[in-house]
Amino acid sequence: MIPSPDVVKSVQPTDEPGCSFGMSRDHDLTAALARNLDAAFPIFVRRFQSEIFTLVRRAGADRATAEDITAEALLRAYRALRGYRADRIRALRPGPWVVTIALNTWRNEMRRRARRPEAPLVAAAGIPGPGPDPEAAASMAADTEWLAVALAGLPEPQRLAVVLRHVLDMKYRDIAESLSRPEGTVKSDVARGLAALRRVRPMSVEVTP
Amino acid sequence: MIHDRTSAHLAHLREEAPDAILARIKTELVLPAAEDGYVLVDGPYGELYVAFNDEGISHVRAAATVAGPLAFEAAFVAEVGRGVTVAARPPAGLARALSSGSSRHLRFDLRQLSDFARAVLRTTLEIPAGQVRPYGWVARELGKPGATRAVGTALNRNPVPVLIPCHRVVRSDGTVGEYAFGTPMKETFLAREGVPLRTLAEYGKHGVRFTGSDTTNIFCYPTCHHALRTTDAHLVTFHSEGEALAAGYRPCRVCRPAAQAS
Repeated sequence: MIPSPDVVKSVQPTDEPGCSFGMSRDHDLTAALARNLDAAFPIFVRRFQSEIFTLVRRAGADRATAEDITAEALLRAYRALRGYRADRIRALRPGPWVVTIALNTWRNEMRRRARRPEAPLVAAAGIPGPGPDPEAAASMAADTEWLAVALAGLPEPQRLAVVLRHVLDMKYRDIAESLSRPEGTVKSDVARGLAALRRVRPMSVEVTP
Repeated sequence: MIHDRTSAHLAHLREEAPDAILARIKTELVLPAAEDGYVLVDGPYGELYVAFNDEGISHVRAAATVAGPLAFEAAFVAEVGRGVTVAARPPAGLARALSSGSSRHLRFDLRQLSDFARAVLRTTLEIPAGQVRPYGWVARELGKPGATRAVGTALNRNPVPVLIPCHRVVRSDGTVGEYAFGTPMKETFLAREGVPLRTLAEYGKHGVRFTGSDTTNIFCYPTCHHALRTTDAHLVTFHSEGEALAAGYRPCRVCRPAAQAS
């Protein structure tokens, strides 16, 4: 089911970074999509696929399901963009926009599977591979594994809020828009989620002042 | 002091999407193949992204000025309107152009530009490394002596900087002038090419625009190869074309500092 245009709202462009895994400006990306959608779309996919995949994984999906949902969300984004005029594309903030589509796709899939109880949904909380420092990575992996499990145990509103804020590094205002919840509610969901995670396994380090 | 690490650990839950996702989307959507390819190469002042196709080189960006390969690709599609993809090999002649400072043997694909902008850039291509010319010279070479401002605009929008040396076009008052990457970078590029910036600034302060040799009675732009070879004992300076001509000097045929036919 393709999201109708008024579900996916366009917002004014700003200079603030969008959801970021490193890139802070998506201004050229929307200009490129407006200028030549087919030429720019592979760039859009590579820019956002890991964010969406991470979001759906940390929301609770296994790898195969997350892969399906990520692909489906990106295809929906393409079909939506095909229907937008150039000035609407240029005005998009693509990060929050595609996160909204991904969340809708995720929710649709969950509802579909809830109607078929033989299809399990919530995944093993797998963790990503080690980074360049194996020893630090091993101890980090142990902590991270605990954290992934604890995250999966949070109620969905808190889990999604924490993931969008602290895994995807989104701004509160964008999270509120993507979740269609007031910003104040989102902030308290994040705070409650973090508090619950700390109760499961406090992760702190002594810092000499 | 206890520092909570929970949020830092959460950041480590980021995952890379599997390659299969992009492959599935490409299969589903049947997107056209890109006409242009690009490489990342070492330039004289740092790494460069260089895009090209069968017609020639189409885009150049200093890697330091873009946030990574995706940002370069997005900027390319936004500016040029075509798709671009990673190329296996750089275009023929690129390495030689970058090491020699001369791109005159390279082909360029500037189809999205106006005829005027293309002509400005082709003229600029003629300026040798280590030399500079004023904006007015470019305008005059095009047969449009009044179009100095339009020349400046075309140079500012040069899609292939470094290879087409828009940094070698300067103000006639001895100052370096504007540059898309900023004036300090323009000065750095020129200094590294051996352009005598301090001398040019001194000339500019005193209104000197040409130099000549009293052995040849020829006058040039101060960085013309012939001017740079003239010894101090024989070097004369002029404030204007009129002054040089009145002193019995004729314009150099290589750097063409005057409107007079050579």
